[in-house]
Amino acid sequence: RTFGKDRVFNTPLSENGIAGFAIGYAAMGGTAIAEIQFADYLFPAFDQIVNEAAKFRYRSGNQWNCGGVTIRAPCGAVGHGGHYHSQSPEAYFAHTPGLVVAMPRGPKAAKGLLLRSIRSKDPVIFLEPKALYRAAVEEVPEGDYEIPLGEAEVLREGSDVTVVGWGGQLNVLAKACDLAFEKDGIQCELIDLQTLLPWDVETVERSVNKTGKLVVSHEAPITCGFGAEVTAKIQERCFLSLEAPIQRVCGYDTPFPLVFEKYYIPDEFKNLEAIRKAVDFSQ
Amino acid sequence: MMRSTLTRKITAKLVTKASGISLLAENGAKYLSTRALIVAEHLQGLEDASTMTSSCSSKRHSRKTEQLPKTHTVPSLKQSSLDSPPSVTYTGGAEMPITSKLRIYTKEELPTGGTWPVFRLMDENGKFRDSSCDGYATTVRTAESSPSDTPANGENGPPSGEDPRHNLDLLRSDLEHEYIHDVHIQNEISRNSLLHYNSREYADTKSTNTLLRAFTHMIRLRQMDKILQNAQRQGRISFYMTCRGEEAIHIGTAASLKEQDTIFAQYREAGLLMWRGFTMTQFMDQCFSNSSDLGRGRQMPVHYGSRALNYHTISSPLGTQLPHAVGAAYRLKLQHDDAVSVCLFGDGCASVTDFHSALNFAATLRAPVVFICRNNGYAISTPVTDQYVGDGIVSRAYGYGMAGLRVDGNDIFAMTAAIREARAYALKEQKPILVEAMTYRQGHHSTSDDSTRYRDSQEVQQVSVHADPVQRLQHFLTSSSSSAAADGDTQSFLTRNEITSIKDEEKMEVLKCIQSAETKGKPDIKYLFEDVYHEMSPHLIEQQEQLHEHMEKYPDRYLP
Repeated sequence: RTFGKDRVFNTPLSENGIAGFAIGYAAMGGTAIAEIQFADYLFPAFDQIVNEAAKFRYRSGNQWNCGGVTIRAPCGAVGHGGHYHSQSPEAYFAHTPGLVVAMPRGPKAAKGLLLRSIRSKDPVIFLEPKALYRAAVEEVPEGDYEIPLGEAEVLREGSDVTVVGWGGQLNVLAKACDLAFEKDGIQCELIDLQTLLPWDVETVERSVNKTGKLVVSHEAPITCGFGAEVTAKIQERCFLSLEAPIQRVCGYDTPFPLVFEKYYIPDEFKNLEAIRKAVDFSQ
Repeated sequence: MMRSTLTRKITAKLVTKASGISLLAENGAKYLSTRALIVAEHLQGLEDASTMTSSCSSKRHSRKTEQLPKTHTVPSLKQSSLDSPPSVTYTGGAEMPITSKLRIYTKEELPTGGTWPVFRLMDENGKFRDSSCDGYATTVRTAESSPSDTPANGENGPPSGEDPRHNLDLLRSDLEHEYIHDVHIQNEISRNSLLHYNSREYADTKSTNTLLRAFTHMIRLRQMDKILQNAQRQGRISFYMTCRGEEAIHIGTAASLKEQDTIFAQYREAGLLMWRGFTMTQFMDQCFSNSSDLGRGRQMPVHYGSRALNYHTISSPLGTQLPHAVGAAYRLKLQHDDAVSVCLFGDGCASVTDFHSALNFAATLRAPVVFICRNNGYAISTPVTDQYVGDGIVSRAYGYGMAGLRVDGNDIFAMTAAIREARAYALKEQKPILVEAMTYRQGHHSTSDDSTRYRDSQEVQQVSVHADPVQRLQHFLTSSSSSAAADGDTQSFLTRNEITSIKDEEKMEVLKCIQSAETKGKPDIKYLFEDVYHEMSPHLIEQQEQLHEHMEKYPDRYLP
């Protein structure tokens, strides 16, 4: 209604077409915001995203770029999504140099991060935790504001253990941190990465140097999930500060199951146990 | 009448030879359709050719005969006995009727007869067609392009000091006179931009003579290909792809575009970049990955790109450029630019997912894209018979609700006309169009390919002699113009000597550029890490420092 049918429109059903179209439009200087119904359906567009969008600027010697591209897709568990409506595919894209991968934890962050992503001069994959569409309620400022890409945010400070996550998982981790404090008096430092590629190593490094312990958690399967990257980098940077092995609390290495969802997901109890394990190890 | 006698004679032959044409049951002449007539004439022509195997074109009609080779029937072999053949047979035996009347087919009206006709103006012998020999007759010729697209007669005049034999205005009027009995060939002659002076001097030839430049460029491209292919064999560059056989598509297309038209190519379209002004040095710089390469040495040779010339840097994955072209066209549309986006790709690429998505998007969203498929018969070793069973690529246009046009890609005049019309259509209608340019890939797919392993070198030989775009234009340029003939003094546009010196000059220029490209150093190591993002991120800065530290420890190990 606001911008007209030629600027906001449906396309034929083809994710590779949508992604390619967005790239071409942006290559000519336009801003293209492509919406993919579910992150699970990004894969037909994988070639366009990884082989084209990510390399567009680099391969042309910076003559051409498609920085105007932002691809939005809902991701994550929703209670009844099963294999193809629950995936968190951030790791595939975070493994691709040239892309920016971002995931907001709630409405307020979503607005700021999305505005920044749209205006970014690099192609951004913007993953939106779908469970938050209905569930999350927050005060969102009305004006224009941006949250910088590549910067993590410390949501709460603590001295005992660093807890890192992104997207909808932050709510789960917040609950786990609350439980840890109520039951064991553990003070957790909770960090939202916000951007996965490039990710804010400094903030997490600073925190782990202080606490000596790290718990990373994500819904995506544990093997080669983004938690592995965080773990590897932090052990490299904070080896001498670490007092316990880094804990990863993630989905199992199975396709996302429907009826078994509540067993599958890394809930607040599994995270509580991981927090405890880290703390116990260090004592 | 001559024709009916011929028909009856052929009927008998057809009945025995081509059992597939069941309609020749009783009264042969009466049951012959136009198609069969085409086949008849073609077969008759082929009968006379001693070196030809008649099996190629009859393959479609007589499956019971002996095993047929998948060869390119050399269409030109019978140019002498059939000055303007009614049809031409391509790789795998696909026979297509020829028309000298350009017509863009939209979904409202399709070509009749089952096979899209090939638009051609100049035959293999370098002469414009006798349109009465057309294998496909269409009464209406759409003139999509407006009068302002056609260079006005005598607008610019010849450059001063130009050899009078190179005078395009004279050539044009001679040709119009020569083809006086064929009004629409005459029309096309008077409109064709190759036969008009350019409004501005071309930087490389320092002249406004379009035809001379077109020929020179085809020679230049061919010389560049030959020499760089050898350079790869000598280990001086790592990889190369030639475009031998497709020069008319490149130059003909480029000559009909405007500089604001944005180009998305696959990898065998260097001639377009050349026409727009990419210098020999720039081509070499990219192939040698040296410090002057615009792409900073990041990609393999032949992966050219130029923002200044509105040509997007190509990538290796096939077909990814098609949806890009659609998005770009849409942008041009919203910006109300007087421009189209042009997308080139091969026959193999037309099977790829992105092809289908792109065409559907372009049609549905109404994007002014000119899709140009270079159907050259092979996708590496896969001949078109293993690629599709439909009528080539252009027939798919109808399915997507799009306009289509098939053209003889080896006829530079037809290519120029076809793209002129296609561009005008796309711009005026703000809709896409699919152009299929029929040609033949004379070279290997790339330097990593040895095509003798999957096709008869005889086939390639025949094509390079009889169905070559450069040869064809050369025939045109070296044949005498009628006014000069009237003087009893045969004066062709170019003499054989002149052609030889053009070839030699271009070759020398290429060799000179290779030498300088080779001696330039490699790009600075900083280009390894730059341009991944608009601004270098902390993790890349860190990695760059790591590399520097490492290189300091091993100063001799990592020489450029």
